[in-house]
Formats: sequence, C-alpha cells, structure tokens
Amino acid sequence: MVIGKSHKRVDAFDKVTGRARYTDDMCPKHAYVTRILHSTIAHGRVVSVDTSEAEKIDGVVKILTCFDVPDLPFPTAGHPWSNDPAHQDVADRKLLNEHVRYYGDDVAAVIAEDYVAADRAIQALKVEYEEYPFVIDPIKAAQDGAPLIHPERQNDNILAHSDIRIGNYEEAIKEPGLIKVEGWYYTPTVQHAHIENHICYAYREQGGRMTVVTSTQIPHIVRRVVAQALGWPWGKVRIIKPYIGGGFGNKQDALYEPLCAWLSLQVGGHPVKLDVSREETFVNNRVRHAMPCHIISWLRPDGTFAARKLELWSDQGAYASHGHSVVAKAMGAFPQLYPCDNVEADSWTVYTNKPVAGAMRAYGMPQATFHNECHIEDIVTKMNLDPVEFRRKNCMPVGYYDDFSKNELYHDTFNQCLDKAIALIDYDKKVELYKNQTGPVRRGIGTSLFWYNTAVWPISVETSSCRMILNQDGSIQLMTGETEIGQGCDTAFAQMAADTVGLRLEDVHVFTNQDTDVTPYGSGAYASRQTYIGGFAIKQTGELLKAKILRHAQKLTRMPVAILDIVNGNIVRTTDSRILMTVGELATRILYDMEESEHIAAESTYSIRSNAYSFGASIAEVEVDIPLCRAKLLNIVNVHDCGILINPKLAEAQVHGGMSMGIGFGLYEELLVDEKTGRILNDNLLDYKLPTTVDHPDLLVDFAENPEPTSPFGTKALGEPPACSPAPAIRNAILQATGVAINSLPMNPHKLFAEFTKAGLFETL
Amino acid sequence: MIEKQFKTITFTLNGKQVTTSVDMRESLSDMLRNDFGLTSVKKGCEVGECGACTVLVNGEVFASCIFLAIWADGKDVLTVEGLVDVDGTISDIQQAFIDETAVQCGFCTPGFIMSAEHLLRTGKRYTRDELRKELAGNMCRCTGYHNIINAVEKAMNARLAKKAGKE
Repeated sequence: MVIGKSHKRVDAFDKVTGRARYTDDMCPKHAYVTRILHSTIAHGRVVSVDTSEAEKIDGVVKILTCFDVPDLPFPTAGHPWSNDPAHQDVADRKLLNEHVRYYGDDVAAVIAEDYVAADRAIQALKVEYEEYPFVIDPIKAAQDGAPLIHPERQNDNILAHSDIRIGNYEEAIKEPGLIKVEGWYYTPTVQHAHIENHICYAYREQGGRMTVVTSTQIPHIVRRVVAQALGWPWGKVRIIKPYIGGGFGNKQDALYEPLCAWLSLQVGGHPVKLDVSREETFVNNRVRHAMPCHIISWLRPDGTFAARKLELWSDQGAYASHGHSVVAKAMGAFPQLYPCDNVEADSWTVYTNKPVAGAMRAYGMPQATFHNECHIEDIVTKMNLDPVEFRRKNCMPVGYYDDFSKNELYHDTFNQCLDKAIALIDYDKKVELYKNQTGPVRRGIGTSLFWYNTAVWPISVETSSCRMILNQDGSIQLMTGETEIGQGCDTAFAQMAADTVGLRLEDVHVFTNQDTDVTPYGSGAYASRQTYIGGFAIKQTGELLKAKILRHAQKLTRMPVAILDIVNGNIVRTTDSRILMTVGELATRILYDMEESEHIAAESTYSIRSNAYSFGASIAEVEVDIPLCRAKLLNIVNVHDCGILINPKLAEAQVHGGMSMGIGFGLYEELLVDEKTGRILNDNLLDYKLPTTVDHPDLLVDFAENPEPTSPFGTKALGEPPACSPAPAIRNAILQATGVAINSLPMNPHKLFAEFTKAGLFETL
Repeated sequence: MIEKQFKTITFTLNGKQVTTSVDMRESLSDMLRNDFGLTSVKKGCEVGECGACTVLVNGEVFASCIFLAIWADGKDVLTVEGLVDVDGTISDIQQAFIDETAVQCGFCTPGFIMSAEHLLRTGKRYTRDELRKELAGNMCRCTGYHNIINAVEKAMNARLAKKAGKE
C-alpha cells in the first residue's frame, strides 16, 4: 500500500532544479508579443480608436480594436458544458469591448515584434469615449435607477437572485420570549495573486487548427470556450497545459486564451504570446466576490434557534464569469451549518462597474464562513453563552442528510475537529487566562467552524476520465484530464494508481501536462474535486487494466485468475504468495507475441452521482495592541475531516496554504477602488498586502480522518476548505480580547482604529 | 525607428565564464531566460516585488528583473541550475525543499532557494524568527511558508553541524 504514506512529490525534483516547464518556458522565441489597451473610464462607449500614430512605430505588426472583433459574445466560467440551455453560462463579453464596463476593460490590442514596440504603440493609441454614469456598490447597483451595465441583456443589474425557504420565518418570530440578534458583515474584493501571472500563446497548425498553450486549471473547458469565441467547431482547438504557477480559481476561467487565439488568426496563425502583467492580474483577470451580508437570528432563552434570516449580495463586477453559482454556494451553507426549522435566505448577484469576480479558493465559502461565524459569536456574546458549547449544540448533527446534494454527515466530525483544535492550541487554559484583561495590549482566542462540500454534482456534471498504458517494463503511463496546479494531485493520483493496479509507486509515470489532443476529458482543478472525482476514474481504470493483465497472466501461467493478484509489480499466486512472473515480463511477452500481440492499456470515464461534505474548524489566538490598532496572530490551528489522507505531508501542506490565504483575507488583503473614477488603486504587490513570511506564525494542522463512504479511497475535499475559517476565528479572537466586533475585512489598523474609536475603547485605557 | 543598443559582456554564470552580446535595456532575468535557457529564473511581477527571479550576484541576493543585464559584466551570477552538480546531484537546500514538502506549484521555489542559499553561505545560525525576517522578500501563495522555513532551518542545521564536525 502506498496510499496513506507521505511519498515525496513526483514533480519536486523538476521544480527545485528549474527544469519544470511552465508556459513561458515553452514559447517559441519568434512569437509576436501583445499588449492590451485598457479603458481609462469605468463605464461608457468607445467612440473611436485612432491607431494612425501607433501603426507608424517600428516593430508593430498589427493593431486590432473593439470595432474589429466578431460579434460573438462568449461565456468564460470554468464550468462544464451544460446540455440544458437554461443552465449554460452567461455569454456577455466579446474579445474586445466597445461598451466598456469597468476601469480597465479591454479596448484594443497591439501585436508587435517586441515589448518596446508594443508599449510605445499602446501609448500612441488615441481613444475617444462617451462616458456613462457608473456604480461600484452592489447594493446600490441592484436598485432601480442604477446605471445599466448590460442593457442589451437585461433592464436591471441583477444577474440572478435565488432563495431558500424552510418553515415559516414570519410566523416563527412571533414566538414569545425570543432574543433577536442582528448583524451586518462585509467581505471585500481580494485577488488570487498566484506567483505566475496568467500567460498563454497561440499558433495555427497545419490543417488550420488552433493551438493555445496556457497557464490554466481547466484545459478541456478552455478548449470549448476558445471555440465558442472564434465560432469554431470544438475539435479544431487544441489546448496544452504545462506546469502552472498557481491558480486558486483565477485560472478556472477562460482568461485571455480566446483573445490570444483570435489575435494569432489575425496574423496568419503566427505564434502570438499574451503575457499578463502583475497589474493586469489584479485588474483584468478575476477577483473574489465582495459580499455584504445581513443576518438576523431569533433565539430562545435556552440557546436554540427559532428562526433565521439571511440577505446576501455578491459583487459580480462587469461580466458574468462564474456568476450566481458562487453566492448560491455561500447561501447554501447558511441553513446547513446551523440548521433551523424556519429559514428565509435570499441572495443576489449584481453587476457593478468593477473588475470581474470569478472563482477563488473555496468559492464563496470564506465569505459565508466569515458572515456566519461572526454572527454565531455575536449570538453567544449577547446571550453570554460558551462559544464552543453553543457551536457543538447547534451545528449540523451527525446523520444530517441534504436531499438536494445527497450529502450526509456520517461522522461526529465537528466535535472531533473541535476537540483536536482545543487540545493543540491549549484553548481552555487560554480562555481563562484572557478573561477580564485591562491595559493597552490584550490577547484573545476565537473559534470558527466551516462548511464545505466537495465537487459540483448535482448542479453540473461530475465526470472524469483516465487512461493507463502499460510499458514493456511493467510501468504505466497515467493520464487524466485533471490538472496539477501545485496542490499535489499528480502524486496523489500516482499513489491511487499504484495501489489499484498493484504496482510500485516508481512504476507509475504521471503525464502531467494536459493536452486536449491526447489526455482524456476531465473538468479540471476546481471545487476541491480532483482527488474525489479523479479517484473514481483511476480506481475503475486501474481495475480494468489489472483485469486485462491477469487475463494474460492466466494464459501465460496456466493459473486461474481467481488465485492471481498483482503485488508490487509482480504476478502473484495468492494461495502460496509465490511470484510467478513480473508484470514487465508479461507486458513484453504479450506486446511482442507473434500470434496475438496486444499493447495493454485501459481507459474509462466515471461519472459520479454523489457528493461529500468536508468540514472542520479553526481556532486563532491574537494579541491586540490597542493604541497601535494592530492585531497580531500568535497561533492558529486548523483541523479538517477530509476523509482518508492519501498523502499526509501533502495534505498538511495544502492546509498551510489555505490557512495562509485565510490569514491574508482576515488581516491584510483588499483590492481598493477609487470611488471617483472606479480605478483600482493597489494593483501591485507593493500596495496590495500579500502576507509574507513575517506575517505568519507557525501553522498548526491536524485531521480527523474519517473515511468518506462514497469515495473508493475514502477521501474528499481538502484543497479549498482550509481558507474558510481562519478569518472569522481571528475576528472572534479580537472580539474576546477587546470586546469590539470587527465586522468588515480586512481587520487592518485602519479598520481597527475606526471600530475602536466607535466603541470608545481608547477612553478605557 | 528605435535604435537598438548592444553591449558585449563577459561574466561567470554558474561557475563558467560566458560572453554574450546583450540589449542594454534588457534585464538580467530576461537575458538568463532567453539567452541561456535558465528557466529557474521566474518572472512574477518584473518590478522587484515578488522575489521569483532571485539570483545571487557576487554572492549577494538580487531581484534579477530589476538588475540590468549589462551590470552583470565582470561579475559572478548564480542560479538554481548552478547548485546542481555535473552528475545531477542536487544541493542540500534543494533536497531539503523536497524532503520538507516545501514545494507546491514551484514557481517561487527557485527564487526562495537562492535567497536561502545566500543565508546558508553566511555560516550564521538564524532563529526561526530571523529566518522569517530574512526571507520576507520572497512571496509564496501556496505554502503559507511553514514548510519553507522548515526546509531552510533543516539545511542550515545540517550545514552548521557539518562545519562544526570539520573544525
């Protein structure tokens, strides 16, 4: 068995030596380069683009503007195609836009021989705009009379609204003696800030097909979107995905691949490279949806819920991208994490004149976890209840079943995770220690649970394919459509394949670079789905391959299949554990058999109709310097139930990264918009505060390893969940330390100063 | 018409003397990537913020994206490729990154390794907090830095122990 062991990453050697090839490392040197002209107004129409001066610049190959692109609106979300037209993603943008909808929208593109020429040409372009009023607040944008952002599609800015109704909220709140707790909570726009910016290059091959090599999480989906944007049959597009330098959901979108492919076509299919700058990554890729949220809970004096109400707005920015599905997932947590008989929940996704929001690690759940877990703390504070006990008593009980997703909570996950977190951080002692503090520097400790569900069934198809090819030496090539983006899935997949077929880990060669001409279909890296979904396809394909090998083994050894097995790359007779031959000997004999040669291989698709909850908790300990308005994170622990760990060290590393993103979300990060112009003010790593080494304490991690019964390997989501609960745990720790509730992220000195002032905290020092 | 200006420079690259003609406006990172195929030198911001392009020049840490290629003339430049022996044996700090699971997407990894190599070459013993301070110029979005600090600490302790053993 290699599953459950912390094998070294299969790609680590290539990455520490610089040999791993990323997109830019593969681009031919003679490729043309491009720069994009971005709008300098937040909303309006391009009246004209004067290219005459720019075209005179030496090295400029071609300039294309919004007036040149095909009238083919296309969607960009990294969702699988839906056979149901009503469920397909909103197609609301063109390759370049005449109607510009945010400060930075794509107006024109310069193709040039080098960046000096391209940059000079961009500066020489003269654009005339007709300006429209703009709106950057999602609640205001949802109101009547707001400037219309997509008037050709709809007569308001509400991309979608959905609701949940359980019981009767209005009747339930009439129960006598109820205690009302109400709060507004706000999570800001943040950006993925993977270290490799998005980059792609496109060229036309012989036969007229278009190849795009791109830093993407979703090659098979990008293929479809590029074809849609060009108006081409899907099979004429080929996407190659090399190693990628992080994605976190930003690259779960068709970003600039469609434009790059179209630009290449404008220069006869010559290779064209579109290398996005850091500034463009912040403004012109995707961001996390900002979400203002309003929650009212009605509680009985015994600390049980009578009724709950949620209103949630999602700031979509200028184009639909992933659209309403993000806030719909966020809303879904509300009635489930703390079930109640009477729930009224509404969510709106609203267009604004801002950078486009899409998928980002945990897809609405860091936002929802902040809203929900701040509110729970507000309840226990108001009612003077124990925060941990309240959570234990009111959170989703063991055996909870959701009829829509078919998810079930099989284990006592929440209590196990809380128990482990409490022990690791010495919670009980610290709660006592930090009671009744005075003075300018105070400490606090806070808790948060989180809710997450793996994968996207039944909202979208969940399908994954796998191919295994047996080599003459008994090793295999493993191909899936699921993508390695840094999380370590190639290693986990190799472990799964080795155990299923009966091979040694070193005999599994993972084909890491997806190429849609070669690799079978997989939807890609999102929804923390790959070890869960990919696991089914690997298990099924591995069993098919094993059955084929054993059939041949029967022929060669004269032993019935029933008493044969494959162990560590050997054909073994199970009755006496004798090794009869190696898989390599078998593969060679069968491939070169003069009578009946066979290249042994297996391929299959597995489409699942199940889903899995993946829960856990964070506890954070902070020190607040009140005069400095600074909260310092001293300790933080995350405990997860993600089922059986395929590779414990890799799992732990995943949790570290998610916690780090949660810490950034909690304390540091926010993409700032100039209210006067709609321009992003901090589109670089100097002004956008990404947490560095000094902003982290050591990160404590543990797991409650309950096998997930629906998975062949007992596993479920881990990639995204760790980002959910750190921010509210930190907020609740600051509340314990100071008595002040910070309801808006990030909890930086600016926020703390305003809230401490409002609370009169400085006067108490 | 844009006049291109080239200069011939000679410098030591990963232990070997090289001579090349380079555009005077070009960055060291572009030259190392484009002219020498050193793909370990990554570009994440091109303004010296992220640290992905970190190399050592005369033993000092530099963001090669804001270091002009012509400034390398006469100097000694070291990248991650230069830490690997001719027979393919990787260095202790590279091995520590593998062993401590300090690698995820791998894009910040070579730059981090070069910053760490610089620290290890000082022969000083750093506390964990000091390591965090010294390495704050390199950004990583995948790891939360925990395993990176572990890897650097482990390699540092091993090198110091080896040195103490020799003395």
